[in-house]
Amino acid sequence: MMKHISYLNAVTEALDEEMARDERIFLVGEDLDIDGGVWAETKGLVEKYGRRRVLGTPISESAFTGLAAGAAISGLRPVVEYMYPDFIHVAMDQVASQIAKARLMFGGQAPMPVVLRMCASGVGTREAAQHSELLEAWFAHLPGFQVVFPVTAADGKGLMKSALRADGPVVFFESRNVLYKKQDVPEGEYVVPIGKAEVIREGKDLTLVTYGYGRYKALDAASLMEGEIDAEVIDLRTLKPMDMETVMASVQKTGRLLVAQEAAPCCSIGSEVIRRVVEEGFGALKKAPRLVASKDVAIPFSANLEDYVVMQPADIVNAAAEMMN
Amino acid sequence: MLDLKEAYYWMTLIRSFEHRAKSLYRQGQLQGALHLSVGQEAVPVGVCSVLRDDDCVLSTHRSHGHYLAKTHDVEGAIAEMLGRATGCSKGCGGSMHLFNRAKGFLGSNGIVGGGIPIALGAAFAHFYQGTDGIGCTFFGDGAANQGTLHETLNLAALKKLPFLAVCENNGIAATTPTPVSTSDMERTKLAVAYGIPAERVDGNCVEEVAAAAERATAHIRQGKGPYLLDVRTYRVEPHCGIIMDNRDPEVARMWTEEKDALKGLRERHPEILTSEVTSRIEAEVAERLESAVAAALAAPEPELNHFRKTFGV
Repeated sequence: MMKHISYLNAVTEALDEEMARDERIFLVGEDLDIDGGVWAETKGLVEKYGRRRVLGTPISESAFTGLAAGAAISGLRPVVEYMYPDFIHVAMDQVASQIAKARLMFGGQAPMPVVLRMCASGVGTREAAQHSELLEAWFAHLPGFQVVFPVTAADGKGLMKSALRADGPVVFFESRNVLYKKQDVPEGEYVVPIGKAEVIREGKDLTLVTYGYGRYKALDAASLMEGEIDAEVIDLRTLKPMDMETVMASVQKTGRLLVAQEAAPCCSIGSEVIRRVVEEGFGALKKAPRLVASKDVAIPFSANLEDYVVMQPADIVNAAAEMMN
Repeated sequence: MLDLKEAYYWMTLIRSFEHRAKSLYRQGQLQGALHLSVGQEAVPVGVCSVLRDDDCVLSTHRSHGHYLAKTHDVEGAIAEMLGRATGCSKGCGGSMHLFNRAKGFLGSNGIVGGGIPIALGAAFAHFYQGTDGIGCTFFGDGAANQGTLHETLNLAALKKLPFLAVCENNGIAATTPTPVSTSDMERTKLAVAYGIPAERVDGNCVEEVAAAAERATAHIRQGKGPYLLDVRTYRVEPHCGIIMDNRDPEVARMWTEEKDALKGLRERHPEILTSEVTSRIEAEVAERLESAVAAALAAPEPELNHFRKTFGV
């Protein structure tokens, strides 16, 4: 049985179910105790669990990220909310030098069961350079994190449940382009394991790997190409650890790899997909792999400028056509 | 009440430990960064004399004294600093990343100001679980210029969390004297700005440190929120390793000769800390330290297969 609910309702359901199951889970971040945060991303939870477990904070990202780190070392399981991913920069010492490294530097004795949640990740909404960063590659590069980026309501719920049960820190990116989008979510307990990609469209000509809101652009591109190029579309869902089994199985079938992402190209998730495929499956490739990404520049405000900078379905279609020649 | 012999023992041990670490460093047996706390021993010993095992301490890059005073784990500390499997962080951390959960030492920290909000998290965990434990952070006057302290003090006061901030105000940050880096040396004023009670304390007098820490922890355990101690002391050694130190030799002489914490303690309590007692303590310390060093030197390096398995690499 399915229910038709918004992405945020689905994730809030996961939080609610897990908070009811596990007393150690608490939420911390700006405005969470007032109408569930500025995105209504935890709506109803403060009424149900109180201000002890839904801790609203001042605009002090370093302090509340550090608070989560200390609480996690002490045995709690915090979910830290950042209003925008861009705002995590001011807490980067706590994120990169404390949370990411504690387990290693204390010899495995300090697990860090923290979920860093950035529900307003994304571009294309005219929010300009300091509210449009896609930071997933930063966190994938830092040893110590698992990184997920669900963009469907079902994946949001299922991966949040896995993140809340994980032993180590999980960076949980979400797309602001889908927060209020209603989709089908299975009724009852629903868990999506970390580290599993999903083939969202089967095809034989070309493997189109994507993640985040790129999923919707890749599906649009696949529709535009239909009848000419039969693309197999894979949503990674988890960026680290990356599900190379699913990616490689597809590349073995199609012999072509095209990666599409909304983030800039340099040292990115797409670069990593290509590295892995070249190293692990070079023999299967009929053509050099391609990455279509946004341009290597900060996000400008004006609509025509932003649309020029950000990767669009047409870019995918063009690259795919070139690869089929 | 502070047990003076116990305090003298741990202050002597910390000082001897630091000197021994320095000699191992000079011999090339101890590698990496080495930040010594010689001269500051009364601060951790005084504060930790009123802390319980379930009170949690977050420390700094200059953490040996804090670790020893809180955990009494001499063997684990020196083994860690020598990179051995028997170290308190299994050889993964070294001098700047000591850890001992059972004794409430939740980590030293290589980032100045980094441990401050983590201690707030330990305080929050006590609040969350309804226990009367405390989250305590030591930090230097250099770290008092980091934003983390200000954010943390505000949040701690706002939520009335059981948080103890101990500023080891030793007048220098790395190699920059505090007057050059700081518009106002009086760190108690930082607490006042957030409505937090604070005291200025003579950090070379362990009885005063312990008494102030007792007032602070009593306040905190009554649920009245955080407390700050601005503890004045002096770092005798250079910032790190063999870095040059250009401080005024006359000031150094005053602190090491006239205001020395161990000498002062002996002189204030000649009837308890007789020369017989102090000699015995010094001999006990020397014996324990040498046996800890010998055990660490004989201990194995971290096992590579164990490392691979633990961290999946």
